[in-house]
Amino acid sequence: MIDLFVSHYNYWVVILLMMVGFYTLISRGNLVKKIVGLNVFQTSVFMLYISMGRIKGGTPPILVDGGCGHGTGAEGAIYSNPLPHVLILTAIVVGIAVTSVGLALAVRVKEAYGTMEEDEINRIEAEMEEAEWRRGRGELIHEFLGKFPTRRALSAPRGAEADA
Amino acid sequence: MSAHLPVLQVLVPLLAAPVCALLRSARAAAALAVLASWTTLAVALALLGEVKSAGVVSYAIGGWVPPIGIEYRVDMVNAWVLVIVGTIASVVSPYMVVSVSSEVERRRIPLFYAAYLLCLTGLLGIAVTGDVFNVFVFLEISSLSAYALIAMGTRRRALTAAFRYLVMGSVGATFIVIGIGLLYVMTGSLNMADLAVLLPEVWDSRTVKVAYGFLGVGFCLKLALFPLHLWLPNAYAYAPSAVTAFMASTATKVAVYMLLRFFLTIFGAPFSFGTMALDRLLLPLALVAIVSMSMVAVLQVDVKRLLAYSSVAQIGYVVLGLSLASVTGLTATLLHLFNHALMKGALFMAMGCVVYRIGSVHIDAMAGLGRRMPWTMAAFVVGGLSLVGVPLTVGFVSKWYLILGAIERGWWPVAVVVLLASLLALVYVWRVVETAYMRPYEGDGRAVEAPPGLLLPTWVLAAASIYFGVFAKSTVATAEQAARVLMSGVGS
Amino acid sequence: MTSGALLGFTLLAPLAGAAAIALLRARPNARETASLVASGTLFVIVLQVYLAVSGGNRPELALAEPIPGISITLEAEPLGVLFALVASFLWIVTTMYSIGYMRGHRESNQTRFYLFFAFAIASAMGVAFAGNLFTLFVFYELLSLTTFPLVTHAGTAKARRAGRVYLGILLTTSIGLLLLAIAWTYAITGTLDFREGGILEGRAAGAVVPVLLGLYVFGIGKAAVMPLHRWLPAAMVAPTPVSALLHAVAVVKAGVFAVLKVTVYVFGIDFLAEAGASAWLTWVAAATIILGSLVALTKDNLKARLAYSTVSQLSYVVLGAMLASSLGVGGGGMHIVTHAFGKITLFFCAGAIYVVAHKTEVSQMRGLGRTMPVTMTAFLIGALSVVGVPPLAGSISKWYLLGATLDAGQIGLAAVLVVSTLLNVAYLLPIPILAFFSKAEGETADRGPQGGTAISEAPVWCLIALSIAALGCIALFFWADRVYQLLQPIAAAAGG
Repeated sequence: MIDLFVSHYNYWVVILLMMVGFYTLISRGNLVKKIVGLNVFQTSVFMLYISMGRIKGGTPPILVDGGCGHGTGAEGAIYSNPLPHVLILTAIVVGIAVTSVGLALAVRVKEAYGTMEEDEINRIEAEMEEAEWRRGRGELIHEFLGKFPTRRALSAPRGAEADA
Repeated sequence: MSAHLPVLQVLVPLLAAPVCALLRSARAAAALAVLASWTTLAVALALLGEVKSAGVVSYAIGGWVPPIGIEYRVDMVNAWVLVIVGTIASVVSPYMVVSVSSEVERRRIPLFYAAYLLCLTGLLGIAVTGDVFNVFVFLEISSLSAYALIAMGTRRRALTAAFRYLVMGSVGATFIVIGIGLLYVMTGSLNMADLAVLLPEVWDSRTVKVAYGFLGVGFCLKLALFPLHLWLPNAYAYAPSAVTAFMASTATKVAVYMLLRFFLTIFGAPFSFGTMALDRLLLPLALVAIVSMSMVAVLQVDVKRLLAYSSVAQIGYVVLGLSLASVTGLTATLLHLFNHALMKGALFMAMGCVVYRIGSVHIDAMAGLGRRMPWTMAAFVVGGLSLVGVPLTVGFVSKWYLILGAIERGWWPVAVVVLLASLLALVYVWRVVETAYMRPYEGDGRAVEAPPGLLLPTWVLAAASIYFGVFAKSTVATAEQAARVLMSGVGS
Repeated sequence: MTSGALLGFTLLAPLAGAAAIALLRARPNARETASLVASGTLFVIVLQVYLAVSGGNRPELALAEPIPGISITLEAEPLGVLFALVASFLWIVTTMYSIGYMRGHRESNQTRFYLFFAFAIASAMGVAFAGNLFTLFVFYELLSLTTFPLVTHAGTAKARRAGRVYLGILLTTSIGLLLLAIAWTYAITGTLDFREGGILEGRAAGAVVPVLLGLYVFGIGKAAVMPLHRWLPAAMVAPTPVSALLHAVAVVKAGVFAVLKVTVYVFGIDFLAEAGASAWLTWVAAATIILGSLVALTKDNLKARLAYSTVSQLSYVVLGAMLASSLGVGGGGMHIVTHAFGKITLFFCAGAIYVVAHKTEVSQMRGLGRTMPVTMTAFLIGALSVVGVPPLAGSISKWYLLGATLDAGQIGLAAVLVVSTLLNVAYLLPIPILAFFSKAEGETADRGPQGGTAISEAPVWCLIALSIAALGCIALFFWADRVYQLLQPIAAAAGG
């Protein structure tokens, strides 16, 4: 058991990071914190790639005396697989782009709503939606919903109906 | 020249994008975007022709021989998807010229086109490439530009919609990278054709199954399969009209293509349907998506949102075809990709015309538009009938194959559900139609017929959704051929 | 002109008429002339088709092939010709009537009215000459869609609600049941063509057959078999000419016609009779006949009463089809014709009464026979024909149907027909009796016969139309053998 843990410690680190990132992403209401979580989440995947390319005792993948191939050099020298590293360079660039677009959006949201907290935003949007509904006389829906006593209809003061 | 078609497919919009961003004039940027889109379609059609005669077109990027180098590999399936994306892009881009000028700040317009072209590049890239990591890169190119495009919507809710899409989209993309990484661990290859050969040896390993799971969740997030669709309705509802029309007809379609490509070509149909029971996994999700999302659509008051929920339901049809696990079912899936792109494009573009004139897509704002904007609303009716699946429209053709596929498998209740869901579609379409035609117009004089720059592209798609409903032979034949390619695995 | 092309012209004539109507929208007189010319032309073309078919030909015209293996094909066969003849002839009459009615009533949107009327007729022609199930389905749906604007012509909230019921039931049944049945048939047989003797024989057996037949009968919602009849009374908010042509002739007859066609050319009469698959549906039809008549009795609104009468009468045809004998199918086919003439007369009269006297309820019609003698006489003829009194057309088809039930040894069904006839008498005849033999409301006994009885008849176009329809009821009685001869090939094919 310990062996499994120690020999695959890189995977455990990756999983831990991944869960930390994912949890932050889901549980935090602040948009910037969400992006931080997303970053940690993505970074864990970078770690996964990089660590799986490394071979114990391997040398940096530099071409020696014209040798090449998967994993072993011409003289049997072992070196780490360079491909995952290259891939992750790309992925890091992508990650930076995602972060910057996300932060830019967060700034715009703050400008538009005056807050960066998700529950605040949800509240504002729910109000907007309600206003939209009230304005709406989407006939069919009202005919349909009119058949059921909604909470709002029940709580409406009786007098209002009498006036109408 | 023709030998370089696969790379041209991506290169043209990719190079046009930065030029657009640098241009000061909105008009020049628009012209370039339209030109690039049309070139894209021409290249896609040329590729389809080549694939029809040669079978598979393979292109080694930079001359590096696959599987070491990146390969662009086009067979019937992605040629079909490329044509779909190209068609929609070349119809929507002229529409964009007029529509965007009223919905996006003037100084941002060149940037808007740059983002649009990047999004197009990404979508085409996903479809054309034969390298799994390349798929991820293009996926992020298209997604990032999509976030920016959506955020340019006029209402402030566009921002939160884009943010939510960004979070969910990035999680989805990351899941896909994890899956790709695990595949690489097991096989040491990133080339699709190579993977398809290497994977059967390690089908039994748990890592491959885990990779399958990660990829599956990632794709389903991207294609907005219920219950991972939460990002879609708001994103479509609040994006600029032209963006909605473009995205609704292309983005989810390309995501479906990814799913088909990975699960059927790379993993292979026997593994997907045999070991992983993909069909039985997707079937309930698809059915729930179809029924529940149609019901939610019925209750919407914002017509763009209504159509967005309908899109989620239609994705259900697409996935249902896959879950039938037969050539007929897959034919229905591939047909519906194209057909739904036509009709939903027409519908969203009709709504764009309404926005252009009266600035609202609330259902009450539609009152009396049947007389004030007869051509616009007629296009909506055509698209709507197609959505319902009335015969002689494209919607009928794909539904017919879906029902046949269900009956072939002996899944009677599925056929019934498909038909009943059409009726829900009838209800939500009819609500809009009835409001437009049977209630008097109440607004001021703003509601006059949309300008020809908007109407023409709208009607191109509306007319196409009738034309390909009456003369479906060619589309059915192509889709069926592509379905056979998918079911038979690699190459052929 | 080849006979195949003729079929194409049956679609083109009303469509060309529609185009002319749209172009001439600013000039009502020219527009109505275009309508009349189109309807006349169509009737002549259909007559040509009739001549070709009665000469033993089966003209055919392939229009398109949307899905490989499934084409849109027109083919003329006896049943279809019969339906097309009735629909196209009554289109002429109804156009005349509409001119009087729409002007007399000062309806708005008259161009839209004539336009969609022409579209609806084109769709009805498509239904009549459909060469396969798919074509039938396509034009059936088109007929639902093109009649929707006619049903909701008034544009009021009530009309909109009725429109929803109308379209809702018709499309729900056609998409939910009929399309399923068609797909099922295709899955079993690999073809959707109408063939003599049916396509299902030898390919389906056991419980599949009655279920499939049920899907067809209920899926064809236009046949208004209970409990799917609600759309028909709802559609009565339409202007009367619409109710007259569409809801006494084109739409409902398209429904029962489709049922007949499916019975004869998809299942095959012999196959159905052997499988005994239609027995349960004969009782559904019988129940509809009785219940429809009973509901009609309770209705005071004249159009509603006529609507329920139609529901009941349609099931005569369905019953004829479900008896699965040549006599039953022949009787059903004839009932399409005879009931069409009878019911259209009644509707024309109801509309005329509404235009002149603004009366809609049966109870208000006292004494009307004195102010509107022509109209009420025509009403009497129509009513007697629907009841089935010789020498009027309705008696013949009822006679055949009665014969078919007895032939099949179904005494119960024969009794149903008899009881229903009595009910017909009970709900139809009081109206002319009230009109002729009792005094108008407010008319006091001491006022002499010269007071308040000045003749005030309907517009002359209306009178012409309803007279033609009433005379048709009489004439058909004497031409019944021709109709039966036309249907003979089907009966012969069934080995009866």
